[in-house]
Amino acid sequence: MKQTTQFSTISRRHALAMLGAAGAVVLAGVPAYADGAAVAAKIKGLTGGKSVGEGAIELDLPEIAENGNAVKVAFSIDSPMTADNYVKAVHVMADGNPTPEVASFNFTPAMGACSASTRMRLAKTQNIIVLAEMNDGSFKQAQATVKVTIGGCGG
Amino acid sequence: MAKIKPRVKVPKKAAAGEIVEIKALISHPMHTGRAKDKKGNKIPRKIINKFVASFDGQDVFTANFEPAVSANPYIAFPFKANKSGAFTFTWVEDGGAEFTASKKMTVA
Repeated sequence: MKQTTQFSTISRRHALAMLGAAGAVVLAGVPAYADGAAVAAKIKGLTGGKSVGEGAIELDLPEIAENGNAVKVAFSIDSPMTADNYVKAVHVMADGNPTPEVASFNFTPAMGACSASTRMRLAKTQNIIVLAEMNDGSFKQAQATVKVTIGGCGG
Repeated sequence: MAKIKPRVKVPKKAAAGEIVEIKALISHPMHTGRAKDKKGNKIPRKIINKFVASFDGQDVFTANFEPAVSANPYIAFPFKANKSGAFTFTWVEDGGAEFTASKKMTVA
């Protein structure tokens, strides 16, 4: 899977964080993990094997989460949200949890913008994958890594 | 068990065409079905699996939650204010129990 990421700022910050920690900052692709296969299978099930584009999705995730019990996950997608062109659904997945699904959201043009924010549980350091389904049936995807600190040393 | 209580934040007034942010939270333990109690018995899964926001009877936003969503699930989302009306928020628990809250919004 090709991962041309638009999150150059995020990955740059990740790169800095890696200087001090053996952080598993992997933007190299979902299938590298055992659990990534479950996410890949889930994505395939949702898209029906269609190709997934990049871009237009902005993720707001912490680089390091001290408490894996409540990790903020927010995204916004650049879309006019008109009846002809809107984001239909967004699926949030994590590749290191017991199950890959985190949450999914259904949007309507009445919202005027496409974004959402919630909190999730993360079992360990892992990749978060956000898959967006447009009303024309195309898909877009974005991904980021969250480092989860276990124990009280505060990362 | 702690009382299940929904809380929502909707602006009372909005300008026509303004995109407002709606925030909704419900106090709920979101038992994943994996944790064990002090005696070592598994706590059965019980989560809020669905959240629906509707405006004047029309569904505008739906969220489906999995066990990976934190306890006291919080959700924030945008809404374009075009006319005055009332929001109804519904949370659905495993087993079908529903919790609702409603808020009015005036558009000037």
